[in-house]
Amino acid sequence: MNQELQNDLTRQGVVLTTIEELYNWGRKNSLWPLQFGLACCAIEMIAASMARFDMARFGAEVFRPSPRQADLMIVSGTITKKMAPQVVRLFNQMPEPKYVIAMGACAICGGPFRDGYNVLQGIDLYLPVDVYIPGCPPRPEALLEGLIHLQQKIARQRLTGPERPRHMEENVPGEYPVPQFGPHDLVGPRLRGARIPDANS
Amino acid sequence: MIAPPPELQTPGAGDFAGHDLLEIAMGPHHPSTHGVFRMNVVLDGETVVKLTPVFGYLHRNHEKIAEKNSYLASIPYTDRLDYICSMTNNWAYVLSVEKLAGLAVPERAEYLRVIVGELTRLQNHACLAGFLLQDMGALGTPLMYAFREREKILDLFESLSGSRMMCNYMRFGGCRCDPPDGWLEQAVRVVAEFDSFLDHFEALLNENEILRARSQGVGVLPRGLAVNAGVTGPGLRASGVNYDIRKVDQYGIYNRFKFRVPLGQHGDVFDRYMMRILEMRESLGILGQALHDIPAGPIQDPKVKLRNLRPKPGEAYGRIESPKGELGFYLISDGGPAPYRYRVRPPSLINLTVLEDMCLGHTIADVVIILGSIDIVLGEVDR
Amino acid sequence: MQTPEQIKDRILAAFPGAHLEVIPNGSPANPPSLLLDHGQAREIATFLRDDPQLRFDYASNVTGVDWPEKVVKEKVKVRKIIDGVEQEAAELVERKTPGFLEAVYHLYSMALGQGPLIIRLRTGNRTDSVVLPSLTPVWRSCEFQEREIFDLFGIAFDGHPDLRRILMWDNFADHPMRRDYVPAGDQEPKP
Repeated sequence: MNQELQNDLTRQGVVLTTIEELYNWGRKNSLWPLQFGLACCAIEMIAASMARFDMARFGAEVFRPSPRQADLMIVSGTITKKMAPQVVRLFNQMPEPKYVIAMGACAICGGPFRDGYNVLQGIDLYLPVDVYIPGCPPRPEALLEGLIHLQQKIARQRLTGPERPRHMEENVPGEYPVPQFGPHDLVGPRLRGARIPDANS
Repeated sequence: MIAPPPELQTPGAGDFAGHDLLEIAMGPHHPSTHGVFRMNVVLDGETVVKLTPVFGYLHRNHEKIAEKNSYLASIPYTDRLDYICSMTNNWAYVLSVEKLAGLAVPERAEYLRVIVGELTRLQNHACLAGFLLQDMGALGTPLMYAFREREKILDLFESLSGSRMMCNYMRFGGCRCDPPDGWLEQAVRVVAEFDSFLDHFEALLNENEILRARSQGVGVLPRGLAVNAGVTGPGLRASGVNYDIRKVDQYGIYNRFKFRVPLGQHGDVFDRYMMRILEMRESLGILGQALHDIPAGPIQDPKVKLRNLRPKPGEAYGRIESPKGELGFYLISDGGPAPYRYRVRPPSLINLTVLEDMCLGHTIADVVIILGSIDIVLGEVDR
Repeated sequence: MQTPEQIKDRILAAFPGAHLEVIPNGSPANPPSLLLDHGQAREIATFLRDDPQLRFDYASNVTGVDWPEKVVKEKVKVRKIIDGVEQEAAELVERKTPGFLEAVYHLYSMALGQGPLIIRLRTGNRTDSVVLPSLTPVWRSCEFQEREIFDLFGIAFDGHPDLRRILMWDNFADHPMRRDYVPAGDQEPKP
């Protein structure tokens, strides 16, 4: 529909939209993050929700402690191999539609601690990530920009057709396999990244 | 208060057969464990009869990485230990390297170290008071005020070192860069505003009956146990032991400043909370003196080779009074560019030794407050 | 503040026949340390804590160190037969210094304001003789730190109330801070 006509009608008090736009608009402006801070980036996440940077303007102020009530997981901080099963389990417990923001270098790729025997080199080895925010730690403004990117991504989602999101598809599971503790490393299928078989397994 | 049966009073012992007890796991994902920390709590109704902490969820093998890095390259990693207080972490590490290699620090750099160290202490204690009150139920308001002041201090750090939190500011033999023009005047203004903020904060909170009812008499730490368990920092002084490393070791130029060491009487959560408030006041005094007396001059010893520092073989242990307690670095050098052994003495981990003793007999709601009053940061506990 | 040599004499006066050694520190500005024998380590530690002139009531830091065995090449003069004539010649001989694991304790006195006193305990070797006496019954602050040394280095502390892994998960089989630890093979390839 012609944008000028749409604006004209809006000025008269008549709003025309599609179900898709309305659905996406409602979801993107009230993303409830899971209160999930792992390490240093969590402090910048808290600072982003405080008075100076104010994430409440974007509707994401209500941090839920329970994964059952959250729809955004901001993985902020280093994921260690000891913590990885819990992260994946928490993600599995969130109801669809759910999104993951990988905040900080450690969540993207292991960060400065990449050469570690206990550090997981990025959360996208086990979970699908929607937005990556680089930085160590990223400034609160960077987190807000990442949130805006995610909101734009949600606004662009088509509800029908081949590009529909995961939760609109019938047979795509929303849960991912949880890694287990092995004697030398985590064991279990990964989302991406070829496993180089090691001599010990 | 129900006293736990004698066989349950030592860690790892006890037989639960016949008792109707509930074991729950608090954490690692929990709104009030201040990070990824887990406590396996055994409850009789609501009363704690056993508490086992589980660590390691943020173990980032900092010590192993440091064995491959040069001495200079480990400084940014020390920022990420206690991630709220990066300047004091830097200071402890460069102090240890200076002891190992026998380096001297120019006077202006020492004053700058004291200024940023005490600013760090201010923002750490303010945040702690905010988080503790949030755990008690004041969801957000004291924390918002504390973070407002913290943002002013972080602005100072950002204009000085380039980064809000991970400052990477200290070097062996001095500091990385001189403050820009107007920084010292702005620091004086921030200190003055912090003083009036503390007045408002205390007026809001100290007489609050919920704070007093929930924290007085809760989580008492006796003196003897505190010393034997290696508790340091405000938690130790709240139990009445006068041990502040700034006065004992007099590292840096702390012997030039007049400040008092507040001591508590009961060692409960309220005393630990008041310790932070009183220490903030003392820090403001030190800052006033340092900002007034700071001389002009160089900030880095030019003879120190930062990039390829190879101290002679030997070992050194350097410690400072960080806002959490005694932060120490034990370095063994074998003459190479990287340390042979690099060990962080984490105050948060050792302060947690007495968590179970303080929580036994209290309700599970008190466990949250006692943990909050110990002031842990998981980056330091797990390294 | 008493020097480690004076403290060693005081300990020998109380425990005659104890094996103590003062290990010098390569960097002269820092104090030397005392090497204790396993047999009476806990009694000596209790003495250090309770003696009225020492009163080392605060164990600040407990560190584990791994010293793998070193191969030292030396030139040794031997008598050899060269071209039918017996002569003295120099030969390169390899000598192995045995490896061991070590626990280093930094002690301070809060009561008297003195310190640090550094004491060391060494294991027999790095493979089968890795037991040290635990000093947790003397200073409770060693509890978590000795557990960490057990986890990351593999030293078993005899007498520790709760010896199990602290930082790695329970069925982890390696001791990662040892110098010869190789991480599991599935690290992602670096660009």
